[in-house]
Amino acid sequence: MSVNADWKPRIVAFCCNWCSYAGADLAGSSRLAYPADVKIIREPCSCRVNPMFILKAFERGADGVILCGCHPGDCHYSTGNYYTRRRMALLFSMLDYIGVERGRTRVEWVSAAEGAKFSRVMNDFVAQIRELGENVKVGDLRCKE
Amino acid sequence: MQRVSERVIARARELMREGTVNKVAGWKAGEFFYDCAPYVFESEESLKDLVYDRFCAANLSKYMIKNSVAAGAEGGKVLVLLKPCDTYSFNQLLTEHRIARENVYVLGVGCEGMCDIDRIREKGFKGITGVDENADGKTLTVHTLYGDGEVAIDDVLVNKCEFCKGKAHMIFDELISDNEDEGPRGDRFAGVRELEAMSPADRFAFWQSELSKCIRCNACRNACPACSCRKCVFDNDASGIASKANTDSFEEKMFHIIRAFHVAGRCTDCGECTRVCPQGIPLHLFNRKYIKDINEFYGEYAAGAEAGQRGPLINYTVDDIEPAAVSDKGGN
Repeated sequence: MSVNADWKPRIVAFCCNWCSYAGADLAGSSRLAYPADVKIIREPCSCRVNPMFILKAFERGADGVILCGCHPGDCHYSTGNYYTRRRMALLFSMLDYIGVERGRTRVEWVSAAEGAKFSRVMNDFVAQIRELGENVKVGDLRCKE
Repeated sequence: MQRVSERVIARARELMREGTVNKVAGWKAGEFFYDCAPYVFESEESLKDLVYDRFCAANLSKYMIKNSVAAGAEGGKVLVLLKPCDTYSFNQLLTEHRIARENVYVLGVGCEGMCDIDRIREKGFKGITGVDENADGKTLTVHTLYGDGEVAIDDVLVNKCEFCKGKAHMIFDELISDNEDEGPRGDRFAGVRELEAMSPADRFAFWQSELSKCIRCNACRNACPACSCRKCVFDNDASGIASKANTDSFEEKMFHIIRAFHVAGRCTDCGECTRVCPQGIPLHLFNRKYIKDINEFYGEYAAGAEAGQRGPLINYTVDDIEPAAVSDKGGN
């Protein structure tokens, strides 16, 4: 893979409104740093994240997608994240199956009190994506020379 | 197959004549001997076109969604001919409350495997004019413009029959079958395992070359019994999937991943998607990957084995496997 010196990873983080988004807030107000490459999208519940959102993110050029939600058992809507867990286990396995490395997708449970964990997870994930490099960009053969 | 076929056709006529049913969903002979298409016969005379032979691979359960409701409105019943694998789809649709069961008379028909005309052609036959099954039930005599030849049935089965689920019907009102259930045939996950063993780059190249053949004809969507929502996400213009001309990068893969994902846990592995694909894309490899994962993560599950099961994706347990653990157990 050609190394582009200007390359910065583009990372989409889907965060649930009740836990992880608040966790990101706490990370901010506690002045814990995490890379600006992470773009946060707030969702009412991790369960709201349609598998298509994740594929769309990749289609639009994301290098990695991370999904954060309440810890299992702590979902604001009681059971939402249990369904997320099953769906994402299957979807990420499928993405790997078509050749998007497993390292590019991740699910993390971050509560509203875990600002430090949020910062740590994001730093870790960005480092991992940097290592994997630019996404294969899953391009259509016919659009390439 | 010949004997079963005669009995099936005779029984369908009889049921129509005596008024048990007023419609028959079966296969109609097409222009060529191998293009037997699903058809709903509405009169006894029209039943002269009913066929049941080695080329009746189409799964008729999906047609019961509309026809069972229509039959009820007309105060009648519809007869449907279901092969063993088709009964899984029928059960799954019952589970989803899509079929008015009381309006359907299910005639389970024995099946010894369906043949694929393309695979017969691949054996080097040109100008095929007809195919006859030999008395041994294991070979076909292929008639061509240039003389006759013989081919083993096992070598020309359609993909879904190569990995037959078994000869037992899961649901029926009446059964016409001579077959003993021998259980599943072959290892249906072998193809998935083969891909899993490749490197991510090779897998990507494989799917790139397969999926770039897709012409977005939607045959896989239309033939799939599980893919029968009243409203479909792909009919939304904003989904960006409607037009092949707009294709950029990821779009094809997205279509096929989502198509398979939306039937994950409901797919009975009936193999219709691959059978109807005009481009020969092995679409069942997507569905089987989901089935394999579901079996591994959440326990063995066979969609449609019985009506009323709760599918794995609308269910959970508190100690399910974490997606991270799934990543760790991967081969790369």
